[in-house]
Amino acid sequence: MSNALAGQQAGMEGHAGPAPLLRRVLLQGRYETLAMIRNGEQLILAVILPLLALVGLAVTPLLDGLGGSRIDIAVPGILALCAMSTAFTGQGIATGFDRRYGVLRFLSTTPLGRTGLIAGKVLAVLVVLALQVLVVGGVAAMLGWQPRPEGWLPGLALLVLGAAAFTALGLLVAGTVRPEATLAITNLLWILLGALGGIVVPTERLPALAQSIVHFLPSGALGQALRDAFLHGVVPLPAVIVLALWTVLAGAAAIRWFKWN
Amino acid sequence: MRSPDSPVLIIDGLIKDVGPLASLDGKMLRVVGGLSLVAERGQITALLGANGAGKTTTLECAQGLQRRTGGSISLLGEDPDTAGASLRARVGVMLQDGGLPPSARPIPLLRHIAGMYRNPMSVDLLVERLGIAQFRRTNIRRLSGGQKQRLALAAALVGNPEILFLDEPSAGLDPQSRQIVFELIAELRDSGMGIVLTTHLMDDAQRLADYVYIIDGGHNVAEGTVAELLSSDHSAGEEVTERTLFFDAPAGLDFSTVLGAGLAVSESRAGSYAVTGALTPADLAALTAWWAARDIMPASLRLEARSLEDVFLDISGRDIR
Repeated sequence: MSNALAGQQAGMEGHAGPAPLLRRVLLQGRYETLAMIRNGEQLILAVILPLLALVGLAVTPLLDGLGGSRIDIAVPGILALCAMSTAFTGQGIATGFDRRYGVLRFLSTTPLGRTGLIAGKVLAVLVVLALQVLVVGGVAAMLGWQPRPEGWLPGLALLVLGAAAFTALGLLVAGTVRPEATLAITNLLWILLGALGGIVVPTERLPALAQSIVHFLPSGALGQALRDAFLHGVVPLPAVIVLALWTVLAGAAAIRWFKWN
Repeated sequence: MRSPDSPVLIIDGLIKDVGPLASLDGKMLRVVGGLSLVAERGQITALLGANGAGKTTTLECAQGLQRRTGGSISLLGEDPDTAGASLRARVGVMLQDGGLPPSARPIPLLRHIAGMYRNPMSVDLLVERLGIAQFRRTNIRRLSGGQKQRLALAAALVGNPEILFLDEPSAGLDPQSRQIVFELIAELRDSGMGIVLTTHLMDDAQRLADYVYIIDGGHNVAEGTVAELLSSDHSAGEEVTERTLFFDAPAGLDFSTVLGAGLAVSESRAGSYAVTGALTPADLAALTAWWAARDIMPASLRLEARSLEDVFLDISGRDIR
């Protein structure tokens, strides 16, 4: 027994090395996905609350008079809410606590490295978001959702772009303040942006002053873009530019200011 | 190609500034100022120093976790600041705070980390060797300090590294964990791994290290094997007269009256004695005669001119604690 590990060591000489990059990222993506799905609070935020909001919008007259059925107007906003749940709040809180416990520092000393770690997190966000789209889309279909067929491709692409912007913002918050503060900030912003940031409630229903601001927020841009795609089958270029700018700026800020310890 | 005899780590004139700090009126704080060391394969190299001496910062610069301000570092022949996955695969790291996700369970976590390597060590073997099986179903957040340290060591080893960094490996270890961990570390050293550890415990350094760097105020102030450090006289010119006699015998003996004046007798654990001071041959003769008269045969007996603690005190002018 006592020489077993030593024997391994000698036997591996010349063979030691990292697993291929793709395998490392896929492994980390799977690991982070399972961690997200097994976390009860994250499930509430990612699935239960968006579904409650969806049903709420479908049975109340809040969205009446906007030129479409309640459910058709509601679903794109709920999908945008899902992206914010997973990419911003869920992933931000998880990263904040991983940072507190030194998990980020330890993993960055393994072959995974910092880049692989971030790539794994992005992958997990995309997988969870895909599951959310399936669940929300399924429930919405039962409630009578009829999206424009040509809206799916741009809609999903915009959802990914929105997730990128919110992931960058989530990492920026998680990497710069204490995890308790990350928890408070990302949850508060989820409620504020979800309700008043042009996500669940379309921009047209907000006060005139708020409208001009909301167009420039990632929440307002994503909500608007998804409604345009799924309701009308068009892609609003200004909203795409706003989302791309948030992704680049928040990503650059996160790279610049993210503290690993 | 690298030579099998080349050092695993060479640090030359390392400088690390942090800040600017509000507590220093916005100035930078020099945490490490001109530290140099060499760590060889098949050796345990210890960085010994008080808390805040710069040991962890030095390790983190060598691991690429912190960017150095100045100096050079060669880790397995490469610069850790620009290293890629292939270098990281050859380096094992055990951080001071563990770095393990609290909600994970030990074995799935080890398998996950093992997956990052092309040719990892057997997780089953590590689990057996480090006694991890006994707490395999427990979430990491509920593990004891010693259990966490054993798991962190397994996580550092699973990639089968050529160099292993251990930051305060005995922190929080219960006696059983300590025995398991120390035995494994010594065995890995014997198999050719280069091991670099930090500690503020003299006992760790004395038990484990092949070569010791004493760190104080961000640079190395003395170095050598434990034997070399103990035999050198750092308080230049003065003859070493202070000695300590250690022995294990039945508990509760009172032999202070047979010894000369000015000697300190202590019984740190029941039956574990230390006599410190300017011991003379007459003192030793008196003590052994006293034992003979009472038919006492000590279980162990050891005379030391100095301890690493004395060396540290001489060099830094203060106690390590």
